[in-house]
Amino acid sequence: MKPPPFDYFAADCIEAAIQALADAGGDGKIIAGGQSLMPMLNFRLLRPSILIDINRIPDLAYVRDDGDEIRIGPLTRHRILETSDLIAKQFPVLHEAMGYVAHLAIRNRGTIGGSLSHADPAAELPMMSLLLDARLEVQSNAGRRTIEARDFFLGALTTALEDGDMLVEVRLPKLREETGWAFEEVARRSGDFALASVAVIMDSDGDWVSDIRIGMMGVGETPMRATEAENILTGQRYSEAAVAATVDAIRAAVEPNTDLHASADYRRHLVGILAQQALAKAWDRSRRASR
Amino acid sequence: MSEPVLIRITVNGVDYERSVEPRLLLSDFLRNDLGLTGTHVGCEHGVCGACTVLVNGDSARSCLFLAIQLDGAIVETAEGLGTAHALHPVQKAFHDCHALQCGFCTPGMLMTTIDLLRKSPLANDEDIREGLSGNLCRCTGYQNIVRAVRQAADELKVAQTDEAVS
Repeated sequence: MKPPPFDYFAADCIEAAIQALADAGGDGKIIAGGQSLMPMLNFRLLRPSILIDINRIPDLAYVRDDGDEIRIGPLTRHRILETSDLIAKQFPVLHEAMGYVAHLAIRNRGTIGGSLSHADPAAELPMMSLLLDARLEVQSNAGRRTIEARDFFLGALTTALEDGDMLVEVRLPKLREETGWAFEEVARRSGDFALASVAVIMDSDGDWVSDIRIGMMGVGETPMRATEAENILTGQRYSEAAVAATVDAIRAAVEPNTDLHASADYRRHLVGILAQQALAKAWDRSRRASR
Repeated sequence: MSEPVLIRITVNGVDYERSVEPRLLLSDFLRNDLGLTGTHVGCEHGVCGACTVLVNGDSARSCLFLAIQLDGAIVETAEGLGTAHALHPVQKAFHDCHALQCGFCTPGMLMTTIDLLRKSPLANDEDIREGLSGNLCRCTGYQNIVRAVRQAADELKVAQTDEAVS
């Protein structure tokens, strides 16, 4: 349970980190908070030739209001997101989700850039980035590009990041102030990875659902959007029957695993229950806000 | 560069200069290089919380930190809290409430509690249980640990009220 030997480089700017990554030729690893990477090193699941530490790069931790979007620096710790007034105001659903991320000691250290790059299928931030249609800014020696969250998560612990890429900013398009929201999660123990989780953001127009997004995790190889279910409810009058059809679509769309913690059947059942609760809360909130 | 590198680090108010191999964990640095065995090493992958210390004031898993990352940092461990004759208020609360059995998880519980007292409202036992959920006690002595944190939180509130009044 000790890491294998590696070289260590503390970068002082993004360019230096990216250059070191390029020089390592796919064998380097960026370390931010290290709350996922360090266990993998301790288990020797990874044997990078070099660790590139970005913790000493100034100005990589921020939550900024930039007109239509909020910009978040990759080194922003979970604890900062959890306690950010700007996040609480603009994305109450993200604020709520942050309370479910691991434990205080982990939140003190873990970062948004690290969580997204690690891409655990049962972690809250990848799911939130998908729900909130995040735009992920990625930089390499070849330049800078934007990857939409929906194109980012390819499999368990697998992203669209290529060798030499560093996630340098997360951009979240703002929601309407009246948008309803809900976040529901069940884990075996507070702070553990979720057995299943559902998050909803919803706009209403009178008795009608004008827009809805549903994010899920713990029920597939990546966090997922329930696209079919979203389509079923969009433009519909909100009713028990419409919710039931949505929940059926969600249960049909997921492919959960059986493991030590829960069976696939239980997870499929659970995700439906959580969706019912989340839909009801989001609807209620959107109606109250638009009154 | 997997060769040892010189770091300067302050642990419990004492400045140290040591050469460390890049892969050396903070937990092993504290125990083996500095002889500070009050930090206990349980799972070594961030699950059990036994090795929790304060890094620049914030609780952190010392098994998920590399010593080399801490050049210039301030680290506090259980040894820095109080002495046998002058216990830290959190240590005293654990003592009063019999909040330890085998004692293996205790250093991590103490350091976690100190961070919680600053950052969590700890308004009720649910908050306390939530706050301690990242620290495992395999004696399962949680009831008394929760009582101890309750006592420490109540005493802190009284102290703060007295301060505000005076």
